Amino acid sequence: MQNKSNKEIKGIDIDVINQYTGEKWYYTDIVKEHFFKPRNLLLEDPSDDAFNATGMVGSPACGDMMHMWMRVDPTTERIQDLKWKTFGCGSAIAATSMYSVMLTENGGLSVADALKVKPQHIMERLGGLPNRKIHCSVLADKAFQKTANDYFRKTGQNQRIVIEGARVIDERLNITDKDIEEAVLEGAMTLEDVQKKLKVGVGMQTEALVEIEQLIRFYSEKYYG
Amino acid sequence: MSDKVIKRIYMDHAASTPLDSRIRVAMDPYLEEEFGNPGALYREGRRAKDALENARESVAGILNADMSEIIFTSGGTEGDVLALTGIARMYANYGKHIISTTIEHHAVLHTLDALKKEGFEITLIEVGQNGIVNPQHIEDALRPDTILVSVMYANNEIGTIQPLAEIARRIKKFRDINTDKMSVPFFHTDACQAAGYLDLDVKSFGVDLMVMNGSKIYGPKGVGALYVRKGVRIKPMFFGGAQEGKRRAGTENIFGIVGFAEALKIANDERDEESNRVKNLRDKLIDGILKIIPRTVLNGDRDLRLPNNVNISILDIEGEGVILYLDSYGIACSTGSACTSESLDPSHVILALGRPYEYAHASIRFTLGRSTTSEDVDRVLEVLPRVTETLRKISPIKVEMDAKSMSHPEAFAGEGLRVKAKSKNYK
Repeated sequence: MQNKSNKEIKGIDIDVINQYTGEKWYYTDIVKEHFFKPRNLLLEDPSDDAFNATGMVGSPACGDMMHMWMRVDPTTERIQDLKWKTFGCGSAIAATSMYSVMLTENGGLSVADALKVKPQHIMERLGGLPNRKIHCSVLADKAFQKTANDYFRKTGQNQRIVIEGARVIDERLNITDKDIEEAVLEGAMTLEDVQKKLKVGVGMQTEALVEIEQLIRFYSEKYYG
Repeated sequence: MSDKVIKRIYMDHAASTPLDSRIRVAMDPYLEEEFGNPGALYREGRRAKDALENARESVAGILNADMSEIIFTSGGTEGDVLALTGIARMYANYGKHIISTTIEHHAVLHTLDALKKEGFEITLIEVGQNGIVNPQHIEDALRPDTILVSVMYANNEIGTIQPLAEIARRIKKFRDINTDKMSVPFFHTDACQAAGYLDLDVKSFGVDLMVMNGSKIYGPKGVGALYVRKGVRIKPMFFGGAQEGKRRAGTENIFGIVGFAEALKIANDERDEESNRVKNLRDKLIDGILKIIPRTVLNGDRDLRLPNNVNISILDIEGEGVILYLDSYGIACSTGSACTSESLDPSHVILALGRPYEYAHASIRFTLGRSTTSEDVDRVLEVLPRVTETLRKISPIKVEMDAKSMSHPEAFAGEGLRVKAKSKNYK
């Protein structure tokens, strides 16, 4: 699906050229538009009562980071305002900008509906992103989950808090199945690739290595078929 | 952003240089008219052979080497791979230990990874915070079973110039003590970035193998040369004909080789003048950025660096955004940010300086060249502060100056996850 949408992209005149491989990355005009003119950017430090929830998320492998602020109407639970700041590449900035538009347009989504917006929906609205950049760039849904959790916590709706489970595989380095999933998404296909990225399992027992290999196979099949 | 044509300011000469028109003229006859195979005995072959050997003589002259010591290759990567694997496989029975540094080009580091799988032991020496290797650390790592030391002449990302002569002196001293081992360890250097700016006289700094590349010196892409000192043998990578002293099989790329030799000659002739010229521009750019833009840090030694290299981390922002913005203003440069690398790994060179990831993501490299003017530098100094200001408004992070570890570790900790930074746990 992602490949297809990339092929359909036309008329792009901004590209990033990799210094080692010379490979071009094309961004769509929509990505370009949101990168150069980000919507709903938080420009000044907010006053205490301007927002009723906030969340921050980062991707350790890529170094992207995102901070989100939300104001919810307590009676309707509709999102009235969603502001953000992002440290990351062009597509990360554009993806956050687009996400903030999607949640606040047409009077704003309810928090429950907003939680149903997935990275692929953001991708579609952006007209596609280079495959490799998707999981790094599209952190907005994760930042929003944290923000929503903050809102639920503050409004005493603890039963609605969702904590994404992660299982620790390597105790010493605190590496989880999520980290291995990220490594696979970045293109790691073998135990060696993953070890290089995460330094996972160096000097570990054979059983643990087998588990990591199984996870690599699982995520490879999940994402690459 | 607008339709009006803006003058391009190309500041990525460490990635590639345009072909010099004088070199194109020199190469031109070797496409159609002088097409012979230099291996043939008849006239067309002899003329091609003459061109090949003239090129070899010219290159050897600049290196203060013998003609038989020059092997033409397809470029820097092939030169490095041929040198490293060639020595390793030829001298494996003398020992299986190889020394190099953490800031080498991937052509060296990934070849060493491959050799590791063949049973070689690799020691990578760390560089100082200024990006320069301490010769004492190389000497300390030398062992009786060390067969090869590989240290780049000048780094491609941060431009730092390595003390080759001093390293060579210590290796020689070590060799003299270990006389039973013939002449191992050998000393290899990747001089792809140095060519055109630094002295290439191999005798003056005493290397045994040296690699150069055409496309960094205004020559054609896909051609380079490897110097292998007489008496040093290498196992070939390509098998076939007896070309290049049986060390690199395949019909010679005469067209490219003529261009490479001409490029090296011109680069060497104009070296002093051009080095001084770009050095002034480099200093103007470095001083300008550090002065005008707050929270910027120069990566690599201030003085022991290539005259055309500027590498600066602009804290709190990310390199790809800077590249996209500058490109829209007509300026081309590069970054060590993970976002623009194939593997999504941030620059191993910036990390090797002991800096946290954010410095690598924030690093911007400008490499000047023959086309660079003082007005170009003025334009960068005018545009870059505006771009920085815009991107800093978007960024939520604030990296500490002289930081040694990750900023904002709390963001990296998921719900129910722990992240360790600065000896603290975050939840």
